Amino acid sequence: MVTVVHPNLSDTDAKMSARDVSVFYGDKKAIDDVSIDIPTKYVTAFIGPSGCGKSTFLRSLNRMNDTIPSARVEGEITLDGENIYSPKLDVVQLRARVGMVFQKPNPFPKSIYENIAYGPKIHGLAEGKDELDAVVEKSLRRAGLWEEVKDRLQDSGTALSGGQQQRLCIARAIAVDPEVILMDEPCSALDPIATAKIEELIDELNGRYAIVIVTHSMQQAARVSQRTAFFHLGKMVEYGRTSDIFTNPIEQRTQDYITGRYG
Amino acid sequence: MSLTILLLLALGLGLAGWLAARARAWTFRRASPDGRLASLPSYHAWYVALWIVLPVLIFVAVWSAIAPGLVTQAVLASPAADQLPAFGFQRQTILNEARAVATGAAQGVFNPLAAEFVEPYRQALSRYNWIGIIVTLLIAFLGGIYAFLRLKPDFAARNRVEKIVMAILLAASLVAILTTLGIFVSLVFETVRFFGMVSPIDFLFGTHWGPDPMANPENPDASRYGAIPLFWGTLFIGAIIAMIVAIPLGLMSAIYLTQYANPRLRAWVKPALEILAGVPTVVYGYFAALTIAPAIRDFAISLGFSSASSESALAAGLIMGVMIIPFVSSMADDSIAAVPQAMRDGSLAMGATTNETIRRVLIPAALPGIVAGIMLAISRAIGETMIVVMAASTAANLSANPLESMTTVTVQIVAMLTGEGSFDHPATLSAFALGFVLFMVTLALNFIALRVVKRFREAYE
Repeated sequence: MVTVVHPNLSDTDAKMSARDVSVFYGDKKAIDDVSIDIPTKYVTAFIGPSGCGKSTFLRSLNRMNDTIPSARVEGEITLDGENIYSPKLDVVQLRARVGMVFQKPNPFPKSIYENIAYGPKIHGLAEGKDELDAVVEKSLRRAGLWEEVKDRLQDSGTALSGGQQQRLCIARAIAVDPEVILMDEPCSALDPIATAKIEELIDELNGRYAIVIVTHSMQQAARVSQRTAFFHLGKMVEYGRTSDIFTNPIEQRTQDYITGRYG
Repeated sequence: MSLTILLLLALGLGLAGWLAARARAWTFRRASPDGRLASLPSYHAWYVALWIVLPVLIFVAVWSAIAPGLVTQAVLASPAADQLPAFGFQRQTILNEARAVATGAAQGVFNPLAAEFVEPYRQALSRYNWIGIIVTLLIAFLGGIYAFLRLKPDFAARNRVEKIVMAILLAASLVAILTTLGIFVSLVFETVRFFGMVSPIDFLFGTHWGPDPMANPENPDASRYGAIPLFWGTLFIGAIIAMIVAIPLGLMSAIYLTQYANPRLRAWVKPALEILAGVPTVVYGYFAALTIAPAIRDFAISLGFSSASSESALAAGLIMGVMIIPFVSSMADDSIAAVPQAMRDGSLAMGATTNETIRRVLIPAALPGIVAGIMLAISRAIGETMIVVMAASTAANLSANPLESMTTVTVQIVAMLTGEGSFDHPATLSAFALGFVLFMVTLALNFIALRVVKRFREAYE
């Protein structure tokens, strides 16, 4: 069974491309032969039922699966045409270019300022206090958090509310000026109002960064993304424009999933 | 012996109460229309059993504390008591002898006067024995009957039992606190006696240590009681040399084991490291005295330090450091491993290396555990005696040269208490003053460490 890719996608240039990618945990195949082009200027959503492998595939895009000893990736994933699994590539550089936001907000137990400054410091992106201050302010502004926290930058990042923490994590990710931002169900631990704020933020970041978001919520995918890929049982079933996937799915399984027949 | 009888009696009665209450609860249960009780029958049983056993245990504890005094009073009321010497050692010896014969612990008396007290003792002992047994029975029955009468189908026995259990747990934790307090008070008492003979100024700031247990206790030579060399030796060996060895090695091994080692290696190395903590310190002492100390001396001589002694602070400190590596590494290991994976992922996803992640995220978050491990290690090193005796000698010496022999507070405490001096001699009492200062210093260290951790920790909750 092959992935159905809608024909009208050919117009977009690919930031990241996966070719025949399979991911294994030990002997278990979690992702089976996925090929996809992730566009530069759009938000791409991965949807699918629990355990379909969408998070696993997302984590293979910045090699976070490397931290799991039994995980193994086959096939080729490129960033701007460069194979990210090549032995010559420095994973540290890769992750600076492909940032990630996790399911549960995970700010460091440091001050809000230090949370943002962490990445620029380790990558040497800012020289001196003034430049660092500017990066922190710019990142917080972009994440829509500046007005809320500008008077308490020295407070602990863990003291913020869940939604603020998640925006802090997004600000932290954009502080190193990545090209791609991966979001692994960024709203699943948040209430509806905080979720709306994150979605608004994703809209604002759209165009500046290539964004890939994994989500359980089909409404969320429909609201924030322009491209949608549907995963099922480790395979990518269908990939196309979000509007097409939700209104004109080609595959029966996609149709069943988005109409709520399973998942 | 009577104590054993009382305890067995209490447990037997408790068992009886348990069985009776359970049987009664079962009759409630059978009688109730839906076969349900407010609490399970076993809770009814425990309720009654606890009401029997606990009051009895409290009584036994009190009784065993006051009964000997009552017995002695009864004996002293006997007509023969007039012949006893009025005070002190001899009077006590005679009474003890009579008591030993009366309880069957000794065959006959040495002092003829003691023979007259054997019979009064025997009578008093048996009288108070009976009183104890009767009161025990009385308390057990009263408690048991009170509890038993309260049993009803809707009696909330479970909640009561939970409350009693909570009280027992509270009492258990109080034991540790009260013991510490008791130790402290006894230390203070003897320390005050010592400071009555030697001024605290001379003791705390004097630089010569060499108490003479044979000297006249009435007029001690205060200049021989300067404890600075001991405090310095303790600090130098236990807190400086040993920590220079233990903190880096312990921390680095913890970091390697939690972050880099593969699980199979970790499964081997971690227990192997923890075995170090189980080696008796006297064995470390051998090693330090027979292998390390001579090696250090030879090495120092080859470098041109002709004065190097075969007993050195360095040898003791090094071995002590090795001994406490597991304290540091085990606690650090646990607390680093307890930092959530999300923190590690967050840092790695920012493009940080494992090394940066450890330094900037994991160690700050694990700091309380790491500092706790180091504090434990320091207390352990400061309290260590055997290694110092064997490798660093018992001669007090105020010097910053690690190749010289030195001694520590604990070594001198042992030396003073096991010496020939009598118990009210200042040389012996100085052991308590040393212990008191050691106690205060470790207390202060712990307090400061707690504050420091509170100030700098990065809590991830």
